[in-house]
Amino acid sequence: MLKLEARPEPSRVWTYGSPLLALLVTVLIGALMFLALGKDPIKGLEMFFWLPVHNAYAVGELLVKATPLLIIALGLAVCFRSNVWNIGAEGQYIIGAIFAGGIALLANADSSRWIVVPILLAGVFGGMLWASLTALLRDRFHANEILVSLMLVYVAVQVLSYLVGGPWKDPMGFNFPQSKTFEAVTRIPRLFEGSRVSIGALLALLSVAGLWVFLFRTRAGLALQVGGLAPAAARYAGFSSRKALWTALLMSGGAAGLAGALEVAGPIGQLTPYVPAGYGFAAIIVAFVGRLHPVGMVFSAILMSMFYIGGELAQSRLGLTKSLTGVFQGLLLFNLLACDTLVNYRLKWSK
Amino acid sequence: MTTPRLQLSGITKRYPSVVANSDVSLTVMPGETHAVLGENGAGKSTLMKIIYGSVKPDAGEVRINGQLMQIRNPKDARANGISMVFQHFNLFDTLTVAENVWLGLARDSLDQVTASIVAKATEYGLDIDPERPVHTLSVGEMQRVEIIRALLTRPELLILDEPTSVLTPQAVDKLFVVLKKLASEGCSILYISHKLHEIRELCNACTVLRGGKVTGVCNPSEESNASLSRMMIGAEPPQLQHRPQQADAVVLAVNGLSLERDDQFGVDLEGIDLQVRGGEVVGIAGVSGNGQKELMYALSGEDGRAPKGSIRMGETDVSALHPGERRKLGLHFVPEERLGRGAVPTLSLAHNLLLTRTGSISLPKFAGGWIKVGALEQHAAQLIKTFNVKAGGPRALARSLSGGNLQKFIVGREIDAQPKLFIVSQPTWGVDVGAAAQIRGEILALRDAGCAVLVVSEELEELFEVSDRLHVISKGQLSPSVPIADASIERIGVWMSGLWDDDLQRHLAELEETTEPGLTGVPGANHAQA
Repeated sequence: MLKLEARPEPSRVWTYGSPLLALLVTVLIGALMFLALGKDPIKGLEMFFWLPVHNAYAVGELLVKATPLLIIALGLAVCFRSNVWNIGAEGQYIIGAIFAGGIALLANADSSRWIVVPILLAGVFGGMLWASLTALLRDRFHANEILVSLMLVYVAVQVLSYLVGGPWKDPMGFNFPQSKTFEAVTRIPRLFEGSRVSIGALLALLSVAGLWVFLFRTRAGLALQVGGLAPAAARYAGFSSRKALWTALLMSGGAAGLAGALEVAGPIGQLTPYVPAGYGFAAIIVAFVGRLHPVGMVFSAILMSMFYIGGELAQSRLGLTKSLTGVFQGLLLFNLLACDTLVNYRLKWSK
Repeated sequence: MTTPRLQLSGITKRYPSVVANSDVSLTVMPGETHAVLGENGAGKSTLMKIIYGSVKPDAGEVRINGQLMQIRNPKDARANGISMVFQHFNLFDTLTVAENVWLGLARDSLDQVTASIVAKATEYGLDIDPERPVHTLSVGEMQRVEIIRALLTRPELLILDEPTSVLTPQAVDKLFVVLKKLASEGCSILYISHKLHEIRELCNACTVLRGGKVTGVCNPSEESNASLSRMMIGAEPPQLQHRPQQADAVVLAVNGLSLERDDQFGVDLEGIDLQVRGGEVVGIAGVSGNGQKELMYALSGEDGRAPKGSIRMGETDVSALHPGERRKLGLHFVPEERLGRGAVPTLSLAHNLLLTRTGSISLPKFAGGWIKVGALEQHAAQLIKTFNVKAGGPRALARSLSGGNLQKFIVGREIDAQPKLFIVSQPTWGVDVGAAAQIRGEILALRDAGCAVLVVSEELEELFEVSDRLHVISKGQLSPSVPIADASIERIGVWMSGLWDDDLQRHLAELEETTEPGLTGVPGANHAQA
């Protein structure tokens, strides 16, 4: 009989091995799923794991998707590490997009190229503002931040609908609920000709380095994490839990808002009801699959983007439903949680 | 020859990182009071859980009255005449005594249960009112409820796990009377403890465990403390030198500190007056749950609600300062909970230094300052060496250390900061004898260096060993202090029930008669004159 036996110490090998094993199991189950759908499993897996990286253009598209996921996940990692459960990054992302869009709509053909800076800052500010509502309610009234932040997502969606269906509706837009297309000067600068990768990807990588330094080399970063790991120890040490709450929520709100600004002034180029694409929720998976580690999240963000693109390809080329993206995301998270058992337990045969 | 009531042979239980019991054998005869002696972590609790059916052994046999048994769960154990009184009580605070007992005996009516409680209580002199809600009981009374509950199942074998750790010395005497009566009626008792004098007084057989193995079987009344302790720890406990020393200026002054409880099951502090001078150790004795926890939170700053002016360090009013600010003034505190409060279990020892020490933080103060990892790990390595901590190194996680070693590290971390005021709560709770002696030695060395030290402990022996003066805390009130030379275990025991007023009045009256007026300032301080 197979038996699980607790390990005296968590296994270092499996800390890194578990995500790889989870990916392998996901691929295997994926292959079975394509078989069950009556498709060639090799072809199906190709959509998810090869086509998204088979040439430079495809890799560029992958990075376009990975950038917002990574930026949001970096912020969420600060929250989750300090035991603040911000589930509402999607809402902070939307409000960030709205603030950025508001600035972008002020631009005209003569505006300076530098207007991109206030656009991005407005996005950060918008995200922070939205997250601060959650922080305030939790701080003042001990409201549960999971519920508050989640509910505020739906409020943010309504705010967006109101704006694009009312005051900000494009007068020349055939009554579609969307703003006018932003001026070309507002577009986030791209890194290369012929690819949609923007400076957002650079900002994301800078944030990775910044977060690593903050978490592992500053006392404030440590204080934040102590609050998450052992609240009584934080109180004993004199680390303020209120400060941790505000720092975590403002950082993650700002990050989500930045991602919103980069999207709306980048690939989208106008405000539409389709700005919320689920990045805020997907980033929660990115954060956990990446083990809340800045570098780990780079890999998980790329992986999640592969699932997004793979789902679209499976729809257009194999005639399968796009929901496969969700199936793969779910499979990966589920498998990871299952494989993590091996970090703390070992398998043993016994009679 | 009579059949043994309980016979264990070759019991082995392995956990991933330790062997809790290795080939343990134990025989308890009817009517015998059998001690199981051993340090924390020697495997006593695991063995009892095996007998009581809550842990399954990997190997070995359990025989009850000569019959080979498989005890699958505690219900099974009770059906076979085994009852257990745990160290931590399983009582519902909001129910009455009778209702609590009734929960375990569903077949009788509440009235029947009440009647049988009264009957048992009278029979054994366990004075208790079945109608009282449990939350109004003292800890000693709660233990009586647990014992009555155990007795109602008519056990042939009663297991008691460290029953005296929550009792005043007088309550211990009462308990022993009950246990001796039980034994005389033929009930076997398994008595788990690490207190040598209790075992020598009560028990007529003893099995000593060390590191999961049996290291001796003896009759404790024929042994000395020294010989028992050799079996238990492999050595005699080292003796401490307590040199008299002149106390300096007042470092900590608490004046009329009253504080309402923070949580439902806490204790209100009422008018606490306390002074600690440089170069002295002040001890606070008391049964746990009498306000020690609340007082520590207020003194450390973790509870910042103390009224203005009620807590001073030197000339500074610190009552509104948070823990970090008090630490800057020289207050270092070792809390009783090591994992989760004194240290973060999942962080390395080096990172745990950063909770209270800023030596490895460099300016500028952006984001709280920059952590110099090299210096930090060096500092941790040096503490590990100085304080003789058994650990894998500065990067070992706090939770990978044994309780005693983690305590040595935490105490070392705070002492190394050269505090002006050192407060420590339960310094040797759950710590093995060798480490405990080392920690007490460090406390005395700190005192000799001129530091003001406040020690809160439930172990009276420990307080008598290290303190210069003693206070007693009871129901949130603090007694006046008494110099250690005038304190006796009996006297402090009476005070632990909150009865210091009568004692003091009598003492003052004596003073009036025997000495000239003018010397009756601080009652305890004059006791030497009486």
